[in-house]
Amino acid sequence: MNAPNQSGWKPEMQVAENGFMSGPVTTTGNRALMLEEPLLFEIGRADVTGVDLPPVDANAPSRLGGLARSEAIGLVGLTEPETVRHYTRLSRQNYGIDLGFFPLGSCTMKHNPRLNEKVARLPGFADIHPLAPQNAVQGALEVISQLGEWLCKLTGMPAVAMSPKAGAHGELCGILAIRAAHEARGDAREVVLVPESAHGTNPATAAFANYRVEDIPATPEGRVDVAALKARLGPDVAAVMITNPNTCGLFEKDFREIADAVHAAGGYVYCDGANFNAIVGKVRPGDLGVDAMHINLHKTFSTPHGGGGPGSGPVVLSEALAPFAPLPFVRKDEGGTFYLVEEENREERGPSFGRMTAFHGQMGMFTRALTYILSHGADGLKQVAEDAVLNANYILRSMEDILHAPFGASGPCMHEALFGDKDFTNGLSTLDVAKGLIDEGYHPMTVYFPLVVHGAMLVEPTETESKAAIDQFITAFRAVVERALAGDEALKQAPYYSPRRRLDETAAARKPKLAYEG
Amino acid sequence: MRYLPLTDTDRQAMLAKIGAASVDDLFVDVPEVARLDGPIHGLPMHASEMAVERHMKALAAKNLVAGDVPFFLGAGAYRHHVPASVDTIIQRGEFLTAYTPYQPEIAQGTLQVLFEFQTQVARLYGCAVANASLYDGSTACWEAVAMATRVTRRKRAVLSGALHPHYAQVVKTMAHFTGDEIADAQPAITPEPDLDGLIARIDEDTACVVVQYPDILGRISDLTPVADAAHAKGALLVVVNTEPVALGAIRSPGEMGADIVVGEGQSLGVGLQFGGPYLGLFAVRDPKHVRQMPGRLCGETVDAEGKRGFVLTLSTREQHIRREKATSNICTNSGLCALAFSVHMTLLGERGLRELAAENHRLACLAADRLAQVPGVEVLNTAFFNEFTLLLGGKPARQIVRDLADRGVLGGVSLGRLYPGVKALEHALLVAVTETTTEEDIEALARELEASIKETV
Repeated sequence: MNAPNQSGWKPEMQVAENGFMSGPVTTTGNRALMLEEPLLFEIGRADVTGVDLPPVDANAPSRLGGLARSEAIGLVGLTEPETVRHYTRLSRQNYGIDLGFFPLGSCTMKHNPRLNEKVARLPGFADIHPLAPQNAVQGALEVISQLGEWLCKLTGMPAVAMSPKAGAHGELCGILAIRAAHEARGDAREVVLVPESAHGTNPATAAFANYRVEDIPATPEGRVDVAALKARLGPDVAAVMITNPNTCGLFEKDFREIADAVHAAGGYVYCDGANFNAIVGKVRPGDLGVDAMHINLHKTFSTPHGGGGPGSGPVVLSEALAPFAPLPFVRKDEGGTFYLVEEENREERGPSFGRMTAFHGQMGMFTRALTYILSHGADGLKQVAEDAVLNANYILRSMEDILHAPFGASGPCMHEALFGDKDFTNGLSTLDVAKGLIDEGYHPMTVYFPLVVHGAMLVEPTETESKAAIDQFITAFRAVVERALAGDEALKQAPYYSPRRRLDETAAARKPKLAYEG
Repeated sequence: MRYLPLTDTDRQAMLAKIGAASVDDLFVDVPEVARLDGPIHGLPMHASEMAVERHMKALAAKNLVAGDVPFFLGAGAYRHHVPASVDTIIQRGEFLTAYTPYQPEIAQGTLQVLFEFQTQVARLYGCAVANASLYDGSTACWEAVAMATRVTRRKRAVLSGALHPHYAQVVKTMAHFTGDEIADAQPAITPEPDLDGLIARIDEDTACVVVQYPDILGRISDLTPVADAAHAKGALLVVVNTEPVALGAIRSPGEMGADIVVGEGQSLGVGLQFGGPYLGLFAVRDPKHVRQMPGRLCGETVDAEGKRGFVLTLSTREQHIRREKATSNICTNSGLCALAFSVHMTLLGERGLRELAAENHRLACLAADRLAQVPGVEVLNTAFFNEFTLLLGGKPARQIVRDLADRGVLGGVSLGRLYPGVKALEHALLVAVTETTTEEDIEALARELEASIKETV
């Protein structure tokens, strides 16, 4: 491929070594603002510190019981200016929402408002201890209570468990509540049904709670096969776990019918709420027969993803499951004082299945999420869902003439548009398109998920992108897809312009090097 | 609305492209019964930044800020000074607003940080390999037990009585559902932990023995005999640490023979935050156990041009590949807290961590000596790092803690709060001292404790 493609891209101009376009190789390996940064352990020193502390007094009294460290730990330190520079340089090798469009499907990479950050850092929230006497932390308990109330109202559910630390932890909470509810009525059920399009966390969670997992197939239109599901229901099925909107980006229109059938068979309905952003303020899962659903505060409610957490996964619960909610939880007494129900409140704790984490959940995420929710209000949140869905449909309809959209005929999508690699030629794959988008300045979409679509590309724009930004993305996405359709060999080597080219993941796994040696 | 860039003109143009008359046409698949006709009733409408900030500030003002009073709480969450540069670094948008590094070519920042973090944690713990973090210490503790059952193919875990009771609760909650057997116990109020008693509980069916170091009463002891006894029976030793600063002063768990070391990393970089988000640390001493570890792992490799780079690796253990056969259901970890921990640890370095630990211990010794002079008060521990247990001469510690709060001193964590209903522990108070504690704070606690004890029946 030497001819420029339709977007005017000439691969040979860019790959030339020392040619006019790529410039000379530099002594440092740096390229202007693209700066290489050594490992901390290559630049730090054992005797350097960036914190001023009194020197160790070898003669100071010690009550360490003869366990004082004799060996070096093997740590190294940097002064403050070196530290700031090390991490600032590293940060510039990262893509974040603040830099550009980040359409990672099912992850809801929306703007993270800075008011959230400011509020979470108020000393009244940031500098309070989880075991402080409860009369000293009434405001914290009230935050948990207020956020819980919002989550219940937004989902149309009567109760919420606030302590789960992330989405997968929330799933575990819901499944444990379901197991506890079955146990309470002496009903030993062994099976959890999970659609094949589900997030991997669903079957992993059910297995962790000692259930046997069985797959439920999808229909050709990308929804749960209701007939197959109904046929499998029976006295051994404890629950079904369904994502709605599902991972194909579609609303499960038969959800209510599924829920009724599951309930009639004595099971419970777990809804994976990862995609709640599509329906927040528009649809209440409680109206669809859900028994438990986790809410990723780091998706729908804008708390930062932080390079892989921390998340937060409160779980809303139906009347049937609410009594089994984990400890601790917040209540208000008649005098308006908030208090925690913990192990000791034997009557009030009822049949709770117990504690899932040491303290009260992700308080730092609660303050951010509540700030976000109050900013939007009921009207703003409805607009969030509408704009998120509008943006996704706009991308779907702007791409489907050139890119295979397996469920494009199944009606509107919700907050994410799903594509497949069916028409790519010359061995080009979804991975190549993703890497080509990196060169165009975008974070790629989710790739190879859901598993039900070959070479899946799941694009979730969220509501916080402007039309101009989405149009620009569509132009770039179309250009890269055209190269894949045309079999552009050069795309197989992309990305060219990122801080690193394609990384050898096979070598990394074959001989794992998981810590610095030396 | 300030976070929504689309204008009505944009929306109309986009609907035209889609071929829909209104946005409601995009929700046609929602069944009639579940469609709402407008914003959900009974909830407030959108609000300005100023109004929201005012609301949240009013809530924050209802809390007693740790830094505003003499403060001595610990029990798994410690108040340390976090250097200013930590927070400015974690607020860089490239770190704050990135996600799990699924596309390593544009996530080398996060990945290199994780590689450095894993190295720091492994060295601190005296282990070969650490993962890229878990939710918190308590969930990491359960993950360690679960891993031990996989490695040994046994189903029984023996918990030391001096393991943080909330950690023990988490383990018991999970084990109830997985069918694992948990042998737990309550702490005996003795100057030194009863390791012989613990060793006697290890048998041929034991997958692991779980010991906290320093323990819930602040006591420290050499765990080598426990490691030897566990290994002799084919069991693993899991050591739990809730105060990483301690390991700047005392021997590492790995050095004493621990097979899995887990803990809470909150002390460094993270702050109290009413209990979360925190940072679960997880490491193994023997590299052969790596493939049984839970959570994300970052590894070194090279790119197509031969340059060093980093990727998430060994993901065949994980849920997104292995689904129901995964080693854990964990997906998101505690990435930003791991960054904060790592930056703080970088600022400290070997020298700073040792100095920080020494300063904590110096002040804790000072406090223990001063508080022992309060009539009716006795220090339980023979050995401790920065936290110790006071016996209050038969006075109920929980009531005294509340009374101290009314007197403007956050005086510690009562064992009555941690072990409700256990008579033998009602009169004990756990006191933590860090570099943020001043000699005036210690004097204030001694003074108010004396007054409170006198007035408490």
